[in-house]
Amino acid sequence: MDLYLPIANLSVNALVIIGLGGVVGLLSGMFGVGGGFLTTPLLIFYGIPPTVAAASAASQVTGASVSGVVTHMSRGTVDFRMGGVLIAGGVVGAGLGVLIFRLLQKVGQIDTVIGILYVLMLGGIGGLMAKESIQTLVALKTGKRIQARKRRHHPLVAALPLRWRFYRSGLYISPLAPLLLGMATGILTMLLGVGGGFILVPAMLYLLGMTTQSVVGTSLFQILFVTMATTMMHAMTTKAVDLVLALLLLIGSVTGAQIGTRISMSIRPEYLRILLAFIVLLVAARMALGLGWRPDEIYTIELR
Amino acid sequence: MRRRALLCLAPVALMLGAADEPQLVPDVSQREVVIQYSFTGADLLLFGAIVYADGRRPDKPADIVVVLKGPEQSIIMREKQKVAGIWVNADTARFRSAPSFYAMASSRPIDRIVDERSAAIYELGVDKLQLSPSSLNDSAELSRFQAGLVDLRARSGLFVERPGTVEITDGVLYRARLPLSARVIVGDYTAETFLVQDGRVVAAAVRDITVRKSGFEQFMASAAENWSFAYGLVAIALAVGMGWAAGAIARRL
Repeated sequence: MDLYLPIANLSVNALVIIGLGGVVGLLSGMFGVGGGFLTTPLLIFYGIPPTVAAASAASQVTGASVSGVVTHMSRGTVDFRMGGVLIAGGVVGAGLGVLIFRLLQKVGQIDTVIGILYVLMLGGIGGLMAKESIQTLVALKTGKRIQARKRRHHPLVAALPLRWRFYRSGLYISPLAPLLLGMATGILTMLLGVGGGFILVPAMLYLLGMTTQSVVGTSLFQILFVTMATTMMHAMTTKAVDLVLALLLLIGSVTGAQIGTRISMSIRPEYLRILLAFIVLLVAARMALGLGWRPDEIYTIELR
Repeated sequence: MRRRALLCLAPVALMLGAADEPQLVPDVSQREVVIQYSFTGADLLLFGAIVYADGRRPDKPADIVVVLKGPEQSIIMREKQKVAGIWVNADTARFRSAPSFYAMASSRPIDRIVDERSAAIYELGVDKLQLSPSSLNDSAELSRFQAGLVDLRARSGLFVERPGTVEITDGVLYRARLPLSARVIVGDYTAETFLVQDGRVVAAAVRDITVRKSGFEQFMASAAENWSFAYGLVAIALAVGMGWAAGAIARRL
């Protein structure tokens, strides 16, 4: 079933895009991540122009995170104060991202920078996750318990001035730390079309030292609003949001997300984590090969 | 634009110059191509008649070349090179007039019907396109970039060459089919027909074709361009609404 995308200016097989959204949605439901890190590269691989892919993927992440936020809000596991600070940082970061995007586009290095960012980020996070989940699995098998990490924030965070109380996160820290963290993910969201959940969650756990219960809900809350802001910024600046493409992705991903959530309840979280680590590392490896191997396309055309 | 104007005048000039020169009466199957939701490209039929003075057909059959050209674009091309182990954009070239679409069909392979010079003058063939480079590259670099452009566009169906596919019936009626890729941009296209005899273009004629988006597609494109804030709001509302609805339905099940 071919459908013409009015902004991307090409026709795609609607079922392929819905299926792609479905797979990403399934993963996002299972692992509690937005899945943008998969959507953008897959869309580009399918032949969608990179800018349109990044702009439309952001709205797909919005859709995938809505029902998660609703669930977490009803359970009371969203720290609105923390979320608010993160969102403020995220919106500023997305604005900065627009400037960086334009600058890189001007010098023609946007694809390389996106590629390197993907490899570093996914490789680093994937590696950490794999290491940790393997340790957990070994501990489970041998019956030995690993000592629970002491929950505390990074010394750098403690050095920042001004302190606020974040009750639900169980923290008394400077709001500058989550603000900066939010900014970093905002930049990534704008550049890569990712939600940034897989950066945000470990950073909230290990850098800020938040309680585990409120981490996922709060990060989803932040992702929801920052991807909304990003969609708006793309609509206003790059004008590359393709509503038809976004609609197709959403149909797949919101359905997939619900199925994924059900699956995740019947699998041990340790196995889920190692699976996610594996997928993240796979994407990183593919991206790294793309940088090092002779690319399929030596030439790129840009309109002036 | 000037080249097109010249081309339009060409048959007139030819007629004025010599009354016994043949003329072309071309037409196309569609004067307007409408892009709508199910658009996967179009097949255009370019056909017409060769009118010889006094109805005398030459002893040696003439050849026909048809060229379908899209709006010209000003582009920057970047070339990746391996720098410190990774592939990065290194060299660039700028072209002021790269056609967004170019399709050509001829009754015989082009190198057998015209000489190099005529082919270059009339832009017959993707390697003969006049791209008007505006950057300081040497000619070797430029031809490398041009080859890259041709390769890229050929693979997305934007540059097409179909030698030997123009059918000529009884030496006076010709017809050719050219595919219009789904990736074409909207704008004014030209369908040019050339009559070639003894390696020389003896007659030329142009028909205009308009490619435009239909109601919904046009509306979306102009909404994204002109009412970008409202368009963004709709995108956000769509995402939130669908995500929320899916969650609500799933909770009922």
